[in-house]
Amino acid sequence: MSETVAKLEPSIDPDSLSWMSASPRREFDSEPDTLPGWYREFQSRSWRDFLATADPGRKDQNWRFANLKVSKFAGLVPTWKLADADAAALDNIQDRSVGSVEPAGRFVFHNQRLISSKTDSLADGVIAMPIAQALVEHGELVREHFMRDEARLGGEKFAALHGAADLSGVFLYVPKDIRIEAPIEVFHSASENETVIFPHTLIVTAENASVNVVDYFQSANDTDDTVAIGVSDLVVGDGSEIQYTAVQEWNAKSRHFQLNSTRVGRDGNASRCVVNLGARWARDESASRLIAPGGNSDMLAVNLATGDEEYDLRTLQLHEAEHTTSDLLYKNALYDQARTIFSGLIMVGETAHHTDAFQTCNNLIGSDDAEANAMPGLEINADQVKCSHGSTSGQISDEEVFYLCARGIDPEEARRMITFGFLNAVLGKISREGLRERLTEKLRRKFESLA
Amino acid sequence: MNQDTATAEAVDINQDEGDFSFPEDYALDAGIGLSQATLDYISEVKGEADWVRDFRKRALKTFEAMPMPTHWASKDLENINFDKIRYYLSKGVKPTRNWEDVPDDVKETFERLGIPEKERKFLAGVEAQFDSEAAYSNVKESLEKEGVIFVNSTEGLREHPEIFRKWFGKVIPTGDNKFSALNSAVFSGGSFIYVPPGVKVSHPLQAYFRINAENFGQFERTLIIVDEGAEVTYMEGCTAPKFETTTLHSAVVELVAMKDAKIQYITVQNWSANVFNLVTKRGIAHENAEIRWIDCNIGSRLTMKYPGVIMKGRKARGEVISIALANDGQHQDTGAKMIHAADETTSNVVSKSISVGKGRSTYRGQVHIPKHLKGCKNNTECDALLINSHSRTDTYPAITVRGNQHATQHEASVSQVSEDQIFYMKQRGLSEAAAMSLSVNGFVNDLVREFPMEYSVELKRLIDLEMEGSVG
Repeated sequence: MSETVAKLEPSIDPDSLSWMSASPRREFDSEPDTLPGWYREFQSRSWRDFLATADPGRKDQNWRFANLKVSKFAGLVPTWKLADADAAALDNIQDRSVGSVEPAGRFVFHNQRLISSKTDSLADGVIAMPIAQALVEHGELVREHFMRDEARLGGEKFAALHGAADLSGVFLYVPKDIRIEAPIEVFHSASENETVIFPHTLIVTAENASVNVVDYFQSANDTDDTVAIGVSDLVVGDGSEIQYTAVQEWNAKSRHFQLNSTRVGRDGNASRCVVNLGARWARDESASRLIAPGGNSDMLAVNLATGDEEYDLRTLQLHEAEHTTSDLLYKNALYDQARTIFSGLIMVGETAHHTDAFQTCNNLIGSDDAEANAMPGLEINADQVKCSHGSTSGQISDEEVFYLCARGIDPEEARRMITFGFLNAVLGKISREGLRERLTEKLRRKFESLA
Repeated sequence: MNQDTATAEAVDINQDEGDFSFPEDYALDAGIGLSQATLDYISEVKGEADWVRDFRKRALKTFEAMPMPTHWASKDLENINFDKIRYYLSKGVKPTRNWEDVPDDVKETFERLGIPEKERKFLAGVEAQFDSEAAYSNVKESLEKEGVIFVNSTEGLREHPEIFRKWFGKVIPTGDNKFSALNSAVFSGGSFIYVPPGVKVSHPLQAYFRINAENFGQFERTLIIVDEGAEVTYMEGCTAPKFETTTLHSAVVELVAMKDAKIQYITVQNWSANVFNLVTKRGIAHENAEIRWIDCNIGSRLTMKYPGVIMKGRKARGEVISIALANDGQHQDTGAKMIHAADETTSNVVSKSISVGKGRSTYRGQVHIPKHLKGCKNNTECDALLINSHSRTDTYPAITVRGNQHATQHEASVSQVSEDQIFYMKQRGLSEAAAMSLSVNGFVNDLVREFPMEYSVELKRLIDLEMEGSVG
């Protein structure tokens, strides 16, 4: 192995982000600054961290196998420089934002601006509003949970940039004993070239509450390339439950970096599902912390990678308390020249006895040029632990296709059925039928676009 | 008895066998520290050709230029002080063929460790290395007549350059890592073996490595070339006395299996708990050839060893079977590298580790299947057993598969000795320690059977001793 390290250009060029330093936004804003002081300080500190943090390098274990060229950004345009979309465009975006028939709440953002919201059916005491508004109206509550867990899977620089930026997305607080049955849906749309958006989702449940949230990421057209640098934090209170799904279907020119963290309290239950269908490059860093006994975290992902897409998935299951469980199941189907990287780590802390932690990543490789990388890892420091991880890479066997053909199914359809059967193991774990069907439909559409 | 003391005693019992040393009186000593002069001294003593001298000098430059791999490896590496190590110590450069001629203290060392006795029993050839040089080397006459060469590195490069020079430093280039570069600069001893086409060596060849001196670094260099259709099994064992100071063992082992050849390389490593064991091992398997690494790590303070196979020819096979036992103060960082470079190549990795007391065991693996190959398969299984609540185990595999004509699978599990099992055996009158030991032996049993008889018996005994008193 050669020890000479090529000098890599910074992955995010600070010069292209000079509009973020100091507080240029306030000069553009005619209104007085209403954001709380602690948050303004957090932003300045984050900006300094961003400048001080080294760029991801080839020797960085957290970026092993990653394509460092795609994750390089320059000349990004902040959304506040863009003009408002016209009425026709807004209608079009509304039409594209299709989710459940009767959601409990619904938000649509375009280029970080809220263009519609519906929260009227939510129970009293539930807080559901754009994060920027929550920072003003519920500053102290947000402060308690806002970006509390540090990025530790390689995305430190992206996290700092997110912390310094103006955010879109939703803050959601569900008080004690309130259970919201229907989903709350948040649509993030973007257009114009080199636009950078910072979607932020923060969900907090109090004791015995439950909620189900879906984030959709969609481009307004097929031509404009968007860069999304998002954060989603789930804070699962004692005995409560959060089900969260992120559906990433940006156009083929866009790039998405997503930092996810989950914190599960006593007897809490978290389920996070990541679905990657679009974008040229998507990197998800997902960490689950089980901080009190009885907590459970399910981590799921379905990724259908085609063309020259690269999906880079890094996960951490961190068990910090006794009698906690976590279960990870990631399924990647790869076609054309697509690449996937899975790097997972189960870390069982010294006091987290009686932990059950599982991790499985399966890759189905459908073409000769696709590449799947897997780094399933374990670090165990406790006693009475049941842990396992498994990773497989394989292809659709000719026998299976032959069997289906013998029953009158054409080979194309046979391959599609087998791929769906493969991905279905994850989709089957999504308990909401409507969402499961919508995802299946989206996968089918992408699959059909394959040559 | 307090659990930690109990575990510590278990370690002491086990180390006793190798924990003795003789006063140092070396005829040849390159002094402390590493410089050009050290290399010149070694080359002078060995009467080496110019190309070997150049090779060493280039390697020293590479070593000095390379950083420690601490961005991924244990920070414990920083505790190695390269300026305090003695790089070459020997009582004489020429090994004797006659056991009677071996110096008394060396002879006694190996007799206490049971070396000549084992040879009488079943070995086809033996080499015993004491610090930097082989003290004794013998190979059965019948094998010599068939053209089998079994010599140390100095003799191999001097007497048979036409055979060994072609592959020397080719499987593991000098700059592969910092420690292979160090070895390339100061190597001494080790085995150079050549097996001619079609010769099947029915009994194992054996080497025994012993460190006697304090603050010493042992850098043996082994190169085994097995020609078309030939077969050989090679075994190595290692021990050292326990010193307060650190000792470094950094070997480079290169294997070349030509078409249809088979090599089985067996290691039982039982260094004392002050030895840094940083070893680079790799083999090239040509068409339809097979390389198997059977690796058992019980001793040392820190072992970093990832035997690899480059499957260069069609239908080549690679296998790593590994058992690691980490006790208090030990870190067994072991694994495997499987590089598929031809169609229909298959590789198999089975690793079992046991962490006792505060011991830490790590599996690190790499499987690489590049584009445009067809029909490659890999299977990896890693199982870890944790005995005490302070025990630690990690698994870090990396698997890259390109193209849709291959199959890989990786599985790992971590578990404890089940309380039910222990309870059941206690019901039947076994002591808790005996029950624990039985259970642990059951865990590694299917791998222990891969070792030759003598070794598997020894292994079971070592594991028994290591386990003693660690119940808790």
